[in-house]
Amino acid sequence: MCGIVGLFLKDKSLEPRLGEMLTEMLITMTDRGPDSAGIAVYGDTREGHAKLTVQSATPEVDFDNLGKDLSSTIDADLSVRVIDTHAVIDLPEAKMAEARAALKSLRPDTRVMSAGEVIEIYKEVGLPEDVARRFDIPKLTGTHGIGHTRMATESAVTTLGAHPFSTGADQCLVHNGSLSNHNSLRRKLAREGVTVETLNDTEVAAAYLTWKMQNGSTLGEALESGLDDLDGFYTFVVGTKDGFGVVRDPIACKPAVMAETDQYVAFGSEYRALVSLPGIEDARVWEPEPATVYFWNH
Amino acid sequence: MQTFDLADKGLRALNSTLQGQGQNTNETAWEVVNAKGSHAIAVGLDAPIEVTVRGSTGYYCGGMNKQATITVDGSAGPGTGENMMSGKIVIEGDASQYLGATAHGGLIVVKGNAASRCGISMKGVNIVVQGNIGHMSGFMAQSGNVVVCGDAGDALGDSCYEARFFVRGTVKSLGADCEKKEMRPEHIEFLKEILAEAGVDAKPEEFTRYGSARNLYNFDVDNAGDY
Repeated sequence: MCGIVGLFLKDKSLEPRLGEMLTEMLITMTDRGPDSAGIAVYGDTREGHAKLTVQSATPEVDFDNLGKDLSSTIDADLSVRVIDTHAVIDLPEAKMAEARAALKSLRPDTRVMSAGEVIEIYKEVGLPEDVARRFDIPKLTGTHGIGHTRMATESAVTTLGAHPFSTGADQCLVHNGSLSNHNSLRRKLAREGVTVETLNDTEVAAAYLTWKMQNGSTLGEALESGLDDLDGFYTFVVGTKDGFGVVRDPIACKPAVMAETDQYVAFGSEYRALVSLPGIEDARVWEPEPATVYFWNH
Repeated sequence: MQTFDLADKGLRALNSTLQGQGQNTNETAWEVVNAKGSHAIAVGLDAPIEVTVRGSTGYYCGGMNKQATITVDGSAGPGTGENMMSGKIVIEGDASQYLGATAHGGLIVVKGNAASRCGISMKGVNIVVQGNIGHMSGFMAQSGNVVVCGDAGDALGDSCYEARFFVRGTVKSLGADCEKKEMRPEHIEFLKEILAEAGVDAKPEEFTRYGSARNLYNFDVDNAGDY
């Protein structure tokens, strides 16, 4: 199954409540997938700065003196905020590539969850309620966000198998469904020099989108070509710097419900996920069409 | 009118209360409040009662219904009216995918649109949709009727048996072995009755009938590509 929620705020007055609203939506979807949960939040941004969110299975070791070590290696002012197994590194935008390269040698056991000006991705094994509490998700503010709760079907229940998956700067992907050609696609991507870390099918889809965009496609074009190249069942929600997109495979058996008011656009795997939103009684509620790419942008 | 608060008493209590109503119950009118998209609301009913659900419902509302009239005062989730035997379901909003799947009898009325796979494998139910229906509707439908006042999506009636499809608008594409058929007087008469029963104002003469071309009933090697 898996459960997806997404919230794109039009009304700025709701931004302080983004984390709280997304958490409530995601907890409602717990019975669609209790294995692991994750959330991508597009929060505040500072001119010239970027954020690198990393995860470690041994945070007490990897995050000890991380700021100092990284700062001296790449010669940049930066700050590190440690939250449970994740650390958000705030650094000058121009130093992002250098920082990622340095991390590989300084802290080889850390994994990059997300990178970009605004995005922060938090994900772990466990129930949405527990994951949200560990990372203090209800306190997060922002313009939009995506949440996912996983019922693993084709690969292990691990942090790296949890969603969202980063697909590039300020971009991420969540998935409900299963892809049947992910092994052949993984080999094809390997020949193109794109590495995929886990046996997870969604990570392959994320890598596919990244590869398409590196070769000049826009995210919309990458999703369109995915309709031809990705075989299987999927409802995808993608997060972008200024909004989110939705696409369902042509058969569209994986559920999706959208709601729109003057204040927000919301996505839920089921209507239940949306019932706590303000003004939902008068919202326009509909199901996205199959094989159609939708985007909402600020 | 009995009012049942789902948030307060829970789903099991609701369904056991409604399922416990006998043929001659005096409590014939029920209202369910705080539905909030919950699954399996008012399933397995078997009494001539009227149940109105306030708000939208989740999966399988009215599943296996016999005799009861269930109204959803909102939109209905996937699999609404699945395997219904008799009675009536009225959905004031839209219906999600596989509405009335495998249903044997009764009437389902949708005031809005129905999504994909409407009436999949239906076995005798009548479904009237005031708006449009999605792709793969009537897939392997065996008996009964789907009446659509709007348009039908891709692959209508794919691999259908003896179910009939009446569409007033356009059909995006027909599924394997489904074809356009002539409207005979008995079809006009049937539409007149079913539209009246559904409370829908539409002219029977404006509909086109579709059904099985019966070429896939028996295996023929020339049709191998169509299976």
